[in-house]
Amino acid sequence: MKLIFERSVKGRGCSVLPECEVPVWDFGEYGRKKELRLPEVSENDISRHYTELAKRTHGVNDGFYPLGSCTMKYNPKINERTAANDGFTGVHPLQPEHTVQGCLEVLKTAEQVFCEITGMDRMTFQPAAGAHGEFTGLLLIKAYHDSRNDGKRTKIIVPDSAHGTNPASAVMAGYTVVNIPSDPDGCVDLQKLREAVGEDTAGLMLTNPNTVGLFDKNILEITRIVHDAGGLVYYDGANLNAIMGVTRPGDMGFDVIHLNLHKTFSTPHGGGGPGSGPVGCKDFLARFLPSVQVEGDGPYTFVRQPDSIGMVKAFYGNFLVVVKALTYALMLGKDGLWEASRNAVLNANYLMEKLADKYKMPYRRTCMHEFVMSLEQEHEQIDVSAMDIAKALLDYGIHPPTMYFPLIVAEALMVEPTETESKENLDEIIRAFEEIYEQARTNPEAVKTAPHVTPVGRLDEVQAARKPHLKYSYDE
Amino acid sequence: MNIPKELKYAKSHEWLFFEDETTARIGLTDYAQKELGDLVFVNLPEEGDEVTAGESFADVESVKAVSDVYSPVSGTVAAIHEELLDSPESINEQPYDAWLVRVENITDQEDLMDAAEYEAYLEEL
Amino acid sequence: MGRYVTNTREEQQEMLRAIGYESFDDLYRDVPEQMQIHGELKIPCGVSELEVQRRMEAMAAKNKVFPHIFRGAGAYHHYIPAIVDSVTGKEDFVTAYTPYQAEISQGNLQSIFEYQTMICELTGMDASNASVYDGATAAAEGVLMCLDRKRTGILVSAAVNPQVLKTIRTYCYGRNVAVQVIPEKEGATDTQALREMLDEQTACVYIQQPNYYGILEDVEEIGRLAHERKAKYVVGCNPISLAVLKTPREYQADVAVGEGQPLGMPMGFGGPYLGFMAAKQDMLRRLPGRIVGQTVDSQGKRGFVLTLQAREQHIRREKAGSNICSNEALCAMKASVYMAAMGPEGMRRAAINSASMAHYLAEKLQEAGCVVKYSRPFFHEFVTECPVDTGMLLTRLEEEGILGGLPLSGRELLWCATELNTKEEIDHLAGIVKEVCGR
Repeated sequence: MKLIFERSVKGRGCSVLPECEVPVWDFGEYGRKKELRLPEVSENDISRHYTELAKRTHGVNDGFYPLGSCTMKYNPKINERTAANDGFTGVHPLQPEHTVQGCLEVLKTAEQVFCEITGMDRMTFQPAAGAHGEFTGLLLIKAYHDSRNDGKRTKIIVPDSAHGTNPASAVMAGYTVVNIPSDPDGCVDLQKLREAVGEDTAGLMLTNPNTVGLFDKNILEITRIVHDAGGLVYYDGANLNAIMGVTRPGDMGFDVIHLNLHKTFSTPHGGGGPGSGPVGCKDFLARFLPSVQVEGDGPYTFVRQPDSIGMVKAFYGNFLVVVKALTYALMLGKDGLWEASRNAVLNANYLMEKLADKYKMPYRRTCMHEFVMSLEQEHEQIDVSAMDIAKALLDYGIHPPTMYFPLIVAEALMVEPTETESKENLDEIIRAFEEIYEQARTNPEAVKTAPHVTPVGRLDEVQAARKPHLKYSYDE
Repeated sequence: MNIPKELKYAKSHEWLFFEDETTARIGLTDYAQKELGDLVFVNLPEEGDEVTAGESFADVESVKAVSDVYSPVSGTVAAIHEELLDSPESINEQPYDAWLVRVENITDQEDLMDAAEYEAYLEEL
Repeated sequence: MGRYVTNTREEQQEMLRAIGYESFDDLYRDVPEQMQIHGELKIPCGVSELEVQRRMEAMAAKNKVFPHIFRGAGAYHHYIPAIVDSVTGKEDFVTAYTPYQAEISQGNLQSIFEYQTMICELTGMDASNASVYDGATAAAEGVLMCLDRKRTGILVSAAVNPQVLKTIRTYCYGRNVAVQVIPEKEGATDTQALREMLDEQTACVYIQQPNYYGILEDVEEIGRLAHERKAKYVVGCNPISLAVLKTPREYQADVAVGEGQPLGMPMGFGGPYLGFMAAKQDMLRRLPGRIVGQTVDSQGKRGFVLTLQAREQHIRREKAGSNICSNEALCAMKASVYMAAMGPEGMRRAAINSASMAHYLAEKLQEAGCVVKYSRPFFHEFVTECPVDTGMLLTRLEEEGILGGLPLSGRELLWCATELNTKEEIDHLAGIVKEVCGR
């Protein structure tokens, strides 16, 4: 289809703004010399263009989206409505405090609710996404060690099953990364952890349930080992959806956590963002929190923490996303959140058990909200890879699971169905997986060249990376 | 598998062409480029950098992976192969012409293999 | 209780039985007993949609929405064409994840490609990424991408938005590098001081155009000084102003960043906003975050993919230049639709009307007894000294539904006007200011 620039016709346009009613300011020598080339299109052109683009975009509303570790649950529409309220959207972030009491109430209520769910004492909503939260949480750990003049703690321990953001965030926070291998169950190898900790340990980053979808039973021992060595323990909230109302990171011994409101708390991903990555901590870390905290019980006030790490972005975070997540949390309440988690775990186990007849599950025991399957055998025996299976799913209108993650499983597909899928959807998906499994054996070529009915086929990523073509070329 | 006779080989699949006793060009073997797949970018050191035997001195990117390249020798980078920055595919196409760096003042080196030894080594993998 | 679980209790029991479990509790047998919550969370029970709607509406009603806004300082009140919300409210765009599966994400990918093109057109740069969190983090990432082994010094003008400076400081605290602040002189970056601060270790100079006080910096001179010492030049710019002002490319910036909120995003109490980042070709691979590229499919058909991914955290892990993964994709789409709806002429009108209103406002405030503090040219923000206590003046304006300028130090106010302000509104405002100042 055409690019919006290819729809442009000189002289077309929309009539959005009136002419200037005061004397026109002359920018003189400050003016740009290069002509500004933007599309000249009518409103109808724009509407049709984006409608066509929308048809070429698969969202949660289009179908099953079992993208492991991303928690692609249904995004309730009431969230969108409450966040679009002019009483929130029309507020300038630098208005006087007495005129933004509603916004402060949102932040305070959200802090109370999410702290209770996670077992934390305080929370900041400034971080805009999960990785941003990791960075912020690690800076709290850094500020804590600095405040004790404990300058030799320069290392963050990360299991080899971790998301790539964990080591990348640790480096942004000035740490060197110590990778430790997982045990055969995909959990933390306690012996390796004991060997890794020491006087140079600043902390450990972990998610539990872990990235293969298992609850690490040794979690109390893990957090104790790190604490005994003088380090702190960071909880990556990517996998919280399994445990709401069941257990809390704070009770497992974690000191600081981030949440992904755009995962567990149902705010939409928007094709990659905006998200929200609030960071919760135990009381002893609260004095380092960034930006300002809301204090009081109406009237509310903003209070800066005494030893704050500063600001990790402007203003108070992705506020309208927090409004959506709070809407969801209040609507579900303690009973609904508990039900959501239990059904996320049920759906994952149901799907895993039903697929295990055909597909290899490297960790076949009760999983939490997600599980990992391995196409290693198929890859060796019939040269059909995890990627091929994923691409074949596209022709069924199913978004594939996360591919090739975690790195500790060969030819991995990581599946997270979420609690909002119905039994009949899951049964349909099981049938699709089974058909693809059969086809991979009877007609592997069809699977290896999939997808066949999508707007484009497999794309040449090598060419894209070797000769980057990153914008429309007007001069062609 | 193409394994030229005149070169030396390291266990981490780099080849070396010794211009004299203390100067060598280093590249990736045919086996290495096949394993790595289509390469899309190379990160090279700068002229004048010190390299140490057994340590990474460059990395190569495919679409979905990045791999370190280890130096089999210790010495100083005398030159880098700048054309590779614009045409990483030449590592795939002509692995033994696509040298990455030229190292001089070599003071130390790993145990290197000749072509026959490297061929035997590959068969065991 | 509110719920979005589809299956009924009976279906849930059926599924449990089908896979050999007696109860939900069996699913959690790996969670040690002592860690399980006994009892319930201490939060209220769930409610219906209508109840939650009322609750959230009640909170929103406790905010004051000012009908007349003369405050900017990093968040700007511009008109948002109706088509922006219509397009970006489409469910497929709203509910999609990051376009890792290109074959079913062409719409999303193409829209990012178009966004990247428009950002390059605005800034004059060669390459744009798919966005970062906001203008402040864009500045911090822009500064960090200039660091290398030999150059670790960072110079930031005192005349940048203070929140941006704080964010840069926090990111630099992480990386263990120091930030030096270039003093300001008469509301702009002190170029003489800059000349003395630059040295062989300077990685980059960061300034803002127009700066925090709305003033147009001597961007050519600053760029020349930075490049003389082989430092990189990073500029934070207001995207609306770029419709008429010189592009960062035209004054030799290496990296252009900025807050994209004016391009179709509501003020929303500070977010979500949009950080845009663009760079010259030689800095391309140092750009953080996602980038979309054009390529072809197996049939030779044009298509788009996330590209240069081996720079990013999910592949490069601890060696990645940045940890960013989620960005502000839907906000970037808002910016694209905004720019498409405005077109070159509309963008120019937004810029000129804003600046012209600001200059009219400055003139009226002078007549009412305030003094415009700096004599240098400004865009759509400026600072005044008031003859009276600013608290008293702002309270009086608030009674009239007017959000006046942002109080700085002493009796200074930082004002802003945009195309949403009218002549009538400004005359009314000036009348009140005159009355208060004349008392």
